[in-house]
Amino acid sequence: MEHSSGFSLPNSGHNRDAEASKMGMWLFLFTELLLFGGLFVVYMVYRLLNHEAFLLSSFELNVTMGTFNTVVLLVSSMTVAMSITAIQKGNAALSIRLLFVTLGAAVVFMVVKYFEWSAKIHHGLFPGQLVFDNLPKGEGLFFFLYFFMTGLHALHIIIGAVLIAVVIYRTRKGLITAEKYTLTENAGLYWHLVDLIWIYLFPLFYLIH
Amino acid sequence: MTSTALNVNFFQAKKGLFSWIFSVDHKRIGLLYLYSLLTFFLVGVTLGVLMRLELLNPGKDFLEAKTYNQIFTLHGVIMIFLFIIPSIPAVFGNFFLPIMLGTDDVSFPRLNLLSWWIYIIGAIMALSTLIWGDGPADTGWTFYAPYSVKTGTNVTMSVLAAFVLGFSSILTGLNFIVTIHRLRTPGMTFMKMPLFAWALYATSWIQLLATPIIGITLLMIVAERFFGIGLFDPSIGGDPILYQHLFWIYSHPAVYIMALPAFGIVSEILPTFTQRTIFGYKAIAFSSLAIAFVGYFVWGHHMFTAGMSGPARIIFSVMTFLVAIPTAIKVFNWVATLYKGSIDLQPPLLYMLGFIFQFMVGGLSGLVLGALATDIYLHDTYFVVGHFHYVMFGGTGFAFFGALHYWYPKIWGKMYNIKIANIAFAIFFVGFNMLYFPMMIAGLMGMPRRYYDYLPEFHLPNMISTFGSWVLVTGLLLMLGNLIAGLRKKNQPKVGRDPWGGITLEWQTLSPPPVQNFDRMPVLPKDGPYDYEHKPVIKED
Repeated sequence: MEHSSGFSLPNSGHNRDAEASKMGMWLFLFTELLLFGGLFVVYMVYRLLNHEAFLLSSFELNVTMGTFNTVVLLVSSMTVAMSITAIQKGNAALSIRLLFVTLGAAVVFMVVKYFEWSAKIHHGLFPGQLVFDNLPKGEGLFFFLYFFMTGLHALHIIIGAVLIAVVIYRTRKGLITAEKYTLTENAGLYWHLVDLIWIYLFPLFYLIH
Repeated sequence: MTSTALNVNFFQAKKGLFSWIFSVDHKRIGLLYLYSLLTFFLVGVTLGVLMRLELLNPGKDFLEAKTYNQIFTLHGVIMIFLFIIPSIPAVFGNFFLPIMLGTDDVSFPRLNLLSWWIYIIGAIMALSTLIWGDGPADTGWTFYAPYSVKTGTNVTMSVLAAFVLGFSSILTGLNFIVTIHRLRTPGMTFMKMPLFAWALYATSWIQLLATPIIGITLLMIVAERFFGIGLFDPSIGGDPILYQHLFWIYSHPAVYIMALPAFGIVSEILPTFTQRTIFGYKAIAFSSLAIAFVGYFVWGHHMFTAGMSGPARIIFSVMTFLVAIPTAIKVFNWVATLYKGSIDLQPPLLYMLGFIFQFMVGGLSGLVLGALATDIYLHDTYFVVGHFHYVMFGGTGFAFFGALHYWYPKIWGKMYNIKIANIAFAIFFVGFNMLYFPMMIAGLMGMPRRYYDYLPEFHLPNMISTFGSWVLVTGLLLMLGNLIAGLRKKNQPKVGRDPWGGITLEWQTLSPPPVQNFDRMPVLPKDGPYDYEHKPVIKED
């Protein structure tokens, strides 16, 4: 947008405003929480109605793989936080390296997820498959919610990973510096959210007693 | 730079279609919304007139039952998701919020453009259901399960369209909240902000916090249709009441997304045409937040007859009555603002008076529905249809057109014919009440909603209502024609910066505003935004 005149306002919407960007990201995170919040409500209602079936189905899930993925995500959240500190201190190279570790963790998470999902699909537990269609009702709901919620979460992992890749690219280009690192912070915030949601999904599906 | 460069207005700055549809200027985006919204509004009006025509006489006239169901569903989807939810925030919020705050754009101009594009994609998705498959959904705009899971019509596409439109709404809300926090002109505290900004602030929070719930719920409808999981369809073990809860957790707060911006418009127009400060500034500002907050906890009143425990129904009913308090606070403050003001009865003020009258009819009939005993009798009757249109069309719709008449000279720098605007308002107003008041009577007589046919004893109110629809359309076309004629008329005197004697910051700049909104630093009145005693002198040049 062109500014044709000599007069311009001090409080322009086209000024760089790190506070505004961060506030925008926080607001967006609220909407993400509520998006999953709707699913948590549905989960809660159906788990209360089908407690036995949910318990039984949860034994189908691989707790070892789930725990491994939890650790992977926690570590990745730490490396993102460290990369922000690194860029704040002006160490772009370290920041990039730490972001690559995060990206690596995202890939590991998705690979583990792939094996978990393939095993379930191999057993015919995906909605629409034969075994799924003949499951008792509560168990069907459990597996639907499992695929729906972890699937939506995995989608967020992919989006977060793309965002981090963009941060890496821009840091390399020198567009993100010790004075100007809002994008790194926002990507970090998003990544922490993805992590946080998993922290809730993991016990809800894998650790039912 | 010379003063001519300063005075390049936002229409002249760039030319060509692409300079509009890819513009990041909030004023151009506001107008993009205006043109697209009005187009969809006219489609919705056409569908509504068709429905009224079918209902002119009892028995089947020219619409099949299924076609009628599809028409009222599409009418609802278009009017709710494509017109009234975006209406005031997307058009006038986009155009005037930054100017009223004394800044040159929203905080995220590119995100703003993106939300218009998302809106257009959603609109194309919603309207595409007309031309392929089994036609538009026939479920009603609420998409209630289990029927929405079973019908062969294009429910999936309609639902996905609503999902996409929700994104647009969220992004606009997010943008406004950050803009209000970050871009107010130096010296403008929250308590010196125009009330329109306050109303948009409360609205934006609802958009942000309620819309994701409907998004995920609608996705579950799609999943249920594809996989038959048994989430909401009782024949495979699902719970349709759970769907209703999830749907209304969004859709009731959404009613305030539609209404709150209209309250903001009234609070702007009344001080201008009474030339005095608004009565109870703080009460109006905070009641917006109170409505937004309490509005979250009343959704159950849509389900009094659907099967809920006694205590739950009583709590939802009490909460519903509580929302009436902040709303009434506003109405009393508006009336008090008129008292002893120097009233100048121009078209925008006429629309506001129409608003106050009709919104009161709508609001009070809402309390009749919010009371447990009367709701059992009136649930799913035409009383509900009448009530809803009084609030949404008689309220928000009138505020929208009032705002259009109010800011018209600022947006285009021209003036419409005041006399014709007054006549159009009178016809519009009479037509509106003729169309919707008989619906409430029919509802009280026991006529159920959503049927293409009715018993002969309901003939009279239905006939009056259909006649009313013709009067209303006449008024509407005259009003829009008058506005368009005003734009095309050559050689009319230029309107100045402040044709109505308004006091908020948009009246200090040129009409139409320059690209960067202001050609000199805006000056705030001393004691708050409506301090007419210390109104800054507005020099024309």
